Amino acid sequence: MAATPAYRHAVRLEDVSMAYGNVVALRNVNFEVGANEIVGLVGDNGAGKSTLIKLITGVQRATGGRLYIRDQYIPWSDYSVRRAHELRIETVYQEKSLGEKQPLWRNFFAGRQIVNRWGFIDVKKEKEIANKILLETIGFRGAGIDADATVSKLSGGERQGVAIGRAMHFDADLIVLDEPTVALALKEVRKVLDFIERIRSSGRACIYIEHNLAHVHELADRLVVIDRGEIVSNIGRGEMSLHQLTDHLLSLQAKKERAA
Amino acid sequence: MTAAAQHGGRPAKPPRPLAARLLATEGVPILLVLVVILIALMILAPNAFLGWRTYVSVMINYQPQIICVLGLTLVIAAGDIDLSFPSIVTLTSLIFAAFYRFDNVFWLSWLAEGHSPEEIKMLQAQYCWLGVIAAMGVGALAGFINGALVAWVGIPSIIATLATAFIWRGMAVFLAGGKQFALRDFNQTDLWAITTGRLFTDLFRTGDVVLRKPDGIPIQAVIVLALAVLLWFILNRHRFGESLLFIGDNANVARVVGIDVKATRIKLFTLMGALAGLAGMFLTMETENFTTTQGQGMLLVVIAAVFIGGTSIFGGSGTIVGSYIGLLIVVMLQIGMVALGLGGDIADMVIGVVFLAAVILHMLVERPERLKGLGFGNR
Repeated sequence: MAATPAYRHAVRLEDVSMAYGNVVALRNVNFEVGANEIVGLVGDNGAGKSTLIKLITGVQRATGGRLYIRDQYIPWSDYSVRRAHELRIETVYQEKSLGEKQPLWRNFFAGRQIVNRWGFIDVKKEKEIANKILLETIGFRGAGIDADATVSKLSGGERQGVAIGRAMHFDADLIVLDEPTVALALKEVRKVLDFIERIRSSGRACIYIEHNLAHVHELADRLVVIDRGEIVSNIGRGEMSLHQLTDHLLSLQAKKERAA
Repeated sequence: MTAAAQHGGRPAKPPRPLAARLLATEGVPILLVLVVILIALMILAPNAFLGWRTYVSVMINYQPQIICVLGLTLVIAAGDIDLSFPSIVTLTSLIFAAFYRFDNVFWLSWLAEGHSPEEIKMLQAQYCWLGVIAAMGVGALAGFINGALVAWVGIPSIIATLATAFIWRGMAVFLAGGKQFALRDFNQTDLWAITTGRLFTDLFRTGDVVLRKPDGIPIQAVIVLALAVLLWFILNRHRFGESLLFIGDNANVARVVGIDVKATRIKLFTLMGALAGLAGMFLTMETENFTTTQGQGMLLVVIAAVFIGGTSIFGGSGTIVGSYIGLLIVVMLQIGMVALGLGGDIADMVIGVVFLAAVILHMLVERPERLKGLGFGNR
């Protein structure tokens, strides 16, 4: 499984900018994730983390700059969520990537159903695979949750598990985790962190957004600090202790307040 | 952990009793409601409800409404609404009628120039086939414009389709030259025979009187039933239907899982327009008449039927079976009240109460927590 990928970067952004009307969300950002690298993305609310993720996952298109996936140039006009899926980029959003009223089997396959040539869904097969993911990948053994359960009946941790299980099933080269441990119980947090370790050991890449500095510091190969739409520092693994990291972020905060 | 789960099987669920499983089957609870209403009406108004005449009459007269109720189910499941479909029905009624009575509308009358009445009659039987294409096409185009206003311009569907409702209706009256007209002898054409003719007429013959249109199962009813089956599969088993459910559930979720929300909504409104076009055409085919108010009474009845049927008022789920039966409930109540000598005013009040009761019931099932806001429970 841990074969060395044939490319250097899972994703690379070159001089990317993003503006919503007059509001600049990202300014000339250069950002890359190695083929087997766990990158922690750190920054205040509104610093531009979410925008960066939306660009990488195809939800939005940048207003400037270039995108490379597995070292291949991809024009923004040719990029979408569906294209990202095809290029094996999976995303786990904080709580908002599941259809509440829909059964789990629909949620696993929404946007890329198993269909016949007329577009009709192979429900039996989808349910079969969904049940397999639930049991084997996520480990919902005996929890009474099966492919027919609707999302609204699940706890926060179970939902996150479903979203992560989905990402794992589709065998991504790059998995984007947007605050995956928000609103989770401690035991469930551990599961998510174990999952990130598995991404690393299976030779894949991960972008990991997290408010909890202890978690990113423990897991990430590299920390990227983003502030007011710009990347302000790149911190390699072991370059800073958790304590130093906290101080570093606080000093950035203080600088910003002085400037304001 | 159950033994089944330990052996890698599905997590075992306690088997549910047959009655519970039946009640959880789509359409069964609402079918029971219809049956109860029919039994009550059979007891209260046996003259109208014990013979077959009322039921055949419903089959003959309500297919356009059923088509609209099926289409609107998809629209409401996707969290949208279309208020313009009755006007599209009027418009496409006229378009179809115009291709049969081309001698009678100002924009097609040139087709009739220089032809004798006999020749015109022959041409009518041919041009009415063009009318089929034109009515469906105009319906789809009107729906596409609705969809473009909603998805591209970003106007909420309730506003956009309210506005276009005026446009389509005005256009219908304009293109009709303000006139109403009959489609004389349309029931002698091949087109009538294959779309609107009657089946099993021998079963319904009474005495030796041969009616101009004998009683029987109208072919429209068979076509619409097939359409209902197709739309059930589209909503529940097709990629497009699943996209609608996710959009109705939460458009942002739909977007991040890779559904093209704008394109899907445009397709949805285009489909609704085409269905309204079919409804308009069927209406004219059955009545063999065009009036400028044709279809205008449908709006409230059809919307009520969708919600009585159990389609979610919040979007994200919809039931084709429920809507079909929901419309029958509304229609039977209307006919029943009249048969009881109570008139349309009482029927309207009863339908309103049934509508409310149904919506509250479905809310209870779907989102129990909502009722807290109404003073039930504690919050």
